[in-house]
Amino acid sequence: MTMAKPVLEVENVSMQFNLSKEKVDNLKEYIIKSLRGQISYNEFWALSDVSFSLNKGDRLGILGMNGAGKSTLLKVIAGVLKATKGSVKTRGKIVPLLELGAGFDKQYTGAENIYLYGSVLGYSKTFINEKYDEIVEFSELGDFINVPIKNYSSGMKARLGFAIATVVDPEILILDEVLAVGDAKFRKKSEAKIQSMFDKGVTVLFVSHSLKQVKRICNKAMILDHGKLLSFGDIEPISKQYRQMLDA
Amino acid sequence: MSVFIKNFMRYRFLLVELIKKGVKLKYRRSYLGIIWTLLEPLLTTIVLTVIFGSLLNRGDSTAYPVYILSGRLLYSFFSSGTNTSMKSIRTNAGMIKKVYVPKYMYPLSSVIYNYVIFLISLLVLAAVSVFLGVFPTWRIFIIVIPLFILLILTVGVGMILSTMAVFFRDLEYLWSVALMLIMYSSAIFYYVEDITRNSPNKEILFHANPLYCCIAVFRDALFGQPIEWGLCLYAAGFSVISLIVGVVLFYKKQDKFILYI
Repeated sequence: MTMAKPVLEVENVSMQFNLSKEKVDNLKEYIIKSLRGQISYNEFWALSDVSFSLNKGDRLGILGMNGAGKSTLLKVIAGVLKATKGSVKTRGKIVPLLELGAGFDKQYTGAENIYLYGSVLGYSKTFINEKYDEIVEFSELGDFINVPIKNYSSGMKARLGFAIATVVDPEILILDEVLAVGDAKFRKKSEAKIQSMFDKGVTVLFVSHSLKQVKRICNKAMILDHGKLLSFGDIEPISKQYRQMLDA
Repeated sequence: MSVFIKNFMRYRFLLVELIKKGVKLKYRRSYLGIIWTLLEPLLTTIVLTVIFGSLLNRGDSTAYPVYILSGRLLYSFFSSGTNTSMKSIRTNAGMIKKVYVPKYMYPLSSVIYNYVIFLISLLVLAAVSVFLGVFPTWRIFIIVIPLFILLILTVGVGMILSTMAVFFRDLEYLWSVALMLIMYSSAIFYYVEDITRNSPNKEILFHANPLYCCIAVFRDALFGQPIEWGLCLYAAGFSVISLIVGVVLFYKKQDKFILYI
């Protein structure tokens, strides 16, 4: 037994949102309403006191109903949202495979977007230079790489996004639902790519409504309910509990 | 602090890419491309010279177009720099919502790419100056000081505006009014001496405007006149304070951005 340090540590994470009754987003209203003392908020805790940790190679399925806080949790781990309380510690590179190509610029060509999106993901210039050919080849875009992205089909965009995001070997991979990228042939290729990451021992966070998919991919699972961590552990007992919850 | 530097080094390539993108895309759709950077100030200077040269009876002075062009170039950098950085968080909302990046990269890169375009457009000023017989003296080297102060000022003001614009959408309209006030009190196409000759106490109106101070010192260096160091010092102080306020404000509020965009 080796005592490896956990790759991901989530400690007492709580996330609060202020849902204002009326959205005040301009100076005029803000001044009028605060003079009248009319600014009020509804506090809403999307996550409360969630703690868990994952070791290298753990593949965690996050289960829960709509609005249970699954996406919020992923965003907090990815660093997009900052937790109101608590802390998230990660070791190594995180690759979020969510909404591929969110950092693309429409007027830029595919080639230019490789550098732009790569830099958004925190890659260095030398790294992108090295991997450029690999990305173009994997995305199967061929000559389209020099065409502005606005002329791409959504499948082409997703293929390019996938190729850029998966060119690194991440320590933590975040997957929201199963990726349906491009046509059947490309889907097979992308699944093989993700499988090869699994084989290298990447830590996975996977959100899905399908218990079947979660059982196929994950060795651990957690159930979130109204922002609270209901249970966390090995996949078998947790999926049994979740099924009972669904039937109840 | 060391965490900040480490993070900056990791994302410095993003800053470079965002600056490149700003410069590249600004003129991509136009036939003349980057030439517009040179042509546009030249054309407006001709218009302003023709109109105000005859109105203010300054048409006889060959230095007048150089005077206008220098003021206009500095003002238009300040105006476009603060405007794009004010809108930068909203423009990049799609990215901010999905991937972690240091958010200050957006206002900072907006100002810097406008600065690059501005520096290119200074070539026109150099050409026009030599053409009209305004030759540089040793004081021309001092020009880097107001140019640097102007950059700090624009970054500082841009950070303040970009933070506030996330929470208040109508700030854009207020700022365009404020910019108009700044423009008219920056003495772009008239001479301050013409106004203060009859009412010397109006001088304070200009001296309170840090942009005017930058422009005045820039012109001193350009025309080889004695430098008004007092104005230079005031502008430098104002810039540093606005930068500090901007950075502190941005850091305090940046985690809330995502809830509003």
